[in-house]
Amino acid sequence: MLIAEDEPSIVLSLEFLLQGAGYEVTTARDGTAALRMAESTRPDLIVLDIMLPLLDGFEVCRQIRANALLGHTRILMLTARGHQRAVEKSLTLGADAYMTKPFSTRELVLIINELLSSPAA
Amino acid sequence: MLTGATIVLVSFAYVGLLFAIAYYGDKRADAGRSIIANPYIYVLSLAVYCTSWTFYGSVGRAATSGIGFLPIYLGPTLMAALWWYVMLKIIRISKANRITSIADFIASRYGKSQMLGGLVTIILVIGIVPYISLQLKAISTSFSIILKYPEVVMPDKAGAALFLGDNTFYIAMLLAAFTILFGTRHLDATERHEGLVAAIAFESVVKLLAFIAVGLFVTFGMYNGFGDIFTRAAEVPQLYALLMLGDASGSYTTWASFTFLSMMAIMFLPRQFQVTVVENVNERHLNKAIWLFPLYLFAINIFVLPIALGGLMHFQGGSVDADTFVLTLPIAQQQPILALFVFIGGLSAATGMVIVETIALSTMVCNDLIMPVLLRLKALRLNEKIDLSGLFLAIRRGAIVFILVLGYLYFYFAGEAYALVSIGLISFSAVAQFAPAIIGGIFWKSGTRTGAICGLSAGFLVWLYTLLLPSFAKSGWLPITFLSEGIFGLDLLRPQQLFGLSGLDDISHCLFWSMLANIGCYVGISLLQKPSAAEHSQANLFVDALKQSSTSGSRFWRGIASVDDLVALLGRFLGPKRAREAFTLYARSRGEKTIKALVADADLVHYTESLLAGAIGSASARAMVASVVDEEPLGIDEVMTIIDEASQVLAYSRQLEQKSHELEAATNELRDANHRLQELDRLKDDFISTVTHELRTPLTSIRAFSEILSDNPQLDTGQREKFLGIIIKESERLTRLINQVLDLSKIESGNAEWHSSEIDMREVLDDSVTAVSQLFSEQNIALETSAPSVVPPIVADRDRLMQVMLNLLSNAAKFCERQDGRVIVRLTQEQDALRIDVIDNGIGISPGDQEVIFDKFRQVGDTLTQKPMGSGLGLAITREIISHFGGKLWVTSSPGAGSTFSFTLPLRSGSKFQVPSSRSK
Repeated sequence: MLIAEDEPSIVLSLEFLLQGAGYEVTTARDGTAALRMAESTRPDLIVLDIMLPLLDGFEVCRQIRANALLGHTRILMLTARGHQRAVEKSLTLGADAYMTKPFSTRELVLIINELLSSPAA
Repeated sequence: MLTGATIVLVSFAYVGLLFAIAYYGDKRADAGRSIIANPYIYVLSLAVYCTSWTFYGSVGRAATSGIGFLPIYLGPTLMAALWWYVMLKIIRISKANRITSIADFIASRYGKSQMLGGLVTIILVIGIVPYISLQLKAISTSFSIILKYPEVVMPDKAGAALFLGDNTFYIAMLLAAFTILFGTRHLDATERHEGLVAAIAFESVVKLLAFIAVGLFVTFGMYNGFGDIFTRAAEVPQLYALLMLGDASGSYTTWASFTFLSMMAIMFLPRQFQVTVVENVNERHLNKAIWLFPLYLFAINIFVLPIALGGLMHFQGGSVDADTFVLTLPIAQQQPILALFVFIGGLSAATGMVIVETIALSTMVCNDLIMPVLLRLKALRLNEKIDLSGLFLAIRRGAIVFILVLGYLYFYFAGEAYALVSIGLISFSAVAQFAPAIIGGIFWKSGTRTGAICGLSAGFLVWLYTLLLPSFAKSGWLPITFLSEGIFGLDLLRPQQLFGLSGLDDISHCLFWSMLANIGCYVGISLLQKPSAAEHSQANLFVDALKQSSTSGSRFWRGIASVDDLVALLGRFLGPKRAREAFTLYARSRGEKTIKALVADADLVHYTESLLAGAIGSASARAMVASVVDEEPLGIDEVMTIIDEASQVLAYSRQLEQKSHELEAATNELRDANHRLQELDRLKDDFISTVTHELRTPLTSIRAFSEILSDNPQLDTGQREKFLGIIIKESERLTRLINQVLDLSKIESGNAEWHSSEIDMREVLDDSVTAVSQLFSEQNIALETSAPSVVPPIVADRDRLMQVMLNLLSNAAKFCERQDGRVIVRLTQEQDALRIDVIDNGIGISPGDQEVIFDKFRQVGDTLTQKPMGSGLGLAITREIISHFGGKLWVTSSPGAGSTFSFTLPLRSGSKFQVPSSRSK
């Protein structure tokens, strides 16, 4: 499981939540790092912030979807904007789900569990 | 070989071709597909200006006076530059009033005066006759010369009998026949002859090509180009003088008066008026003519000097008349085809002029001279005749023959005494007499009928006495003592030294006295008089022609008329069929089905009069219409009232126009304002979206950790405290952000409170350094200050300056995360400001980022792996504060080498804070 997020305290909370739910977690603080890490660790799921330094979440999402090796990887987009446009764009680029900041921690864990239990598209 | 039969045959074939072109042109015009509706044909038709005078005479004049032939072409070129205004006005007036000749134009301007029209016609007939005789002379001379091919023999006039024994008479009569066929096949209300114009344009091409052909032959065939001719000519002493701008080319006055004469001639010669104004299809053609016509003149003049010099060198001893060089040079060189082509070119030049000139003259003779007289003669009972159109054609045809006979007689008696150019100039001088009445008439409302009549008569009489009669005397028709001793033996009245004026050439002499008399009488008498109602209304129509709509003529009429009378009247002059067609057309334009439904109102009367004016001239038309309708005469007061009303309407419409301009400007301003608003709106949306994002980020952590703490009561104390610490820190961040947003919005909207007092900047520096010393020592950053021992006090808000310093210092600390971090605060005094630099040795800022860091919510920290804590509003607020105190804030930096944030605070303007001007609201 990969967390791509640049806000240290949010990373900390996500790490705590996901490790608590039994997942193995790595983190990336910017877009290029996220791509690099995704290729090397081939995570089952990426929690992807949109407003990332260097390469934004949309672009990271697009490149992951273009990468055949990462076909099984689910993507959960996190957005602090909540614009309908951002949501639509995430989904057309191939994200599996999205959540708006601030999010409910329980809901986040639920959605992640659900995404990982359903068969890969 | 060239036999007489060949020459005559070719000539007739050429004329036949002209007829074919004219016929085709007329057919196309009838079918509504005019071939002359293009500016190039228009320009070529204007070149009817270049007659055999140009074709043969220019070379003749160049042979005696070098470039003295040029003013005749300089004048039109200068005048063409004024056409866009003067000629445009004349064309517009003429179209609006259906004016068909220059006599009509002048008569119409001065209250539709029949007398004035008649006077102009008489002046023109007498004035133009020498000009027509010039063409006859040219044709006859060139014909005689080419008949003698291959010998070069000058024609000998001695022995030729008057009329039937003289070739020239037959030429004149043939020309009359052509003219009648070309110009008076039918009567047309507009006096327009499309076919004729097409033929004239064609002739202009032929004469230009013929002249250039000779020019090329002489320049490059007989000599080796321009340089060769001029070099060889310069070796002959007499010819050398020609090439200089010395006495030979004429004095300054001669140049000036010839230029002036030709400027007037290009507008007021009957044929020029005919082709430029009457035959004009589209006034936009004028725009092209303004530069193309001078170009034509230039083209036809290029080879004049080379031919003249070539002729002078070839025929030495003066045995050959220089006027014939164009033809005799090819003959002498045994070039039969070229000689024939030249002859045809000369024929083109001459016939074009004669045909258009006599058509224009015959129209005037008929409309302005004969018809007014005939209609007055009660014995003829013309008023009762049903159809006068046949009579019209007969009169015009008679007039054509009459004018050509006059031309022939002048040629016979006076022609030999003068060169071609001199004869032409006599006509130019006569035509120039119209200048005051016409130019005054379209620009000066006070010119009156009597003034125009007196001015024209005076000028004409002076011309007669100083130019025409001397030409008779020189040819022996009058006793030569007339020239040397004056009339009645009075020295002062010697026609070419009038009142002792000597030292001028005879043309300039005539021009001086005739213009003096003409303008003097016209202006003097006009000023002494009050114009009548009719004159006043016409003066307004003419002078304001470019401002008014063309239908305004009908406003100056009041009375009772019957439609039947009007139809019958028009029918008598145009023929009943054409009259009915015209009225049906009018009825249709008014939305009526039949003529019967028409009401004989002012508009219909005006329509009838303008149609009639096309056929018989405005003055006669006025008289005819007046005879069939019961008119109430309008007093001058009433006309003035109508004009006043009209000018009020005009003024009102100008106001409306101005208002609509203002409205348009206002609309544009609104549109711009709207764009600015949209832009502001977009900025506001961006701002809110960014603020929202910035608020959500700390909230996300707060919520996440709160939920974690709530859901996990079993967490150990260390973790619990760590998470709570994060919650507190993020809450502080949230508070800081909200405060800064509110602060910035207060400063930007001008609602912030400022507590200004006199402060010592050194103290502010010291206090701020003290405030951050804890933070700096925690991060291991060295902090140094440097300042002069004394700086002048400034007036500012101390707390705000502290805020600025703290912001810059904490920024500096943020970027100095290396072990050897170092920040220097430096205060210096500049000429009229204090300058503070905050220098760090941190990571630096890339040039691209330097421009945007002062924008709201820009955090350069985005490019760092470790994101600095900050709202992104600090620098925006700092800049607002500095600019509020009249200072400047900027940054110099390069990545990896640290940054320097600097700002200035003005020393003197401190007490008068300016409202920040850098932000637009």
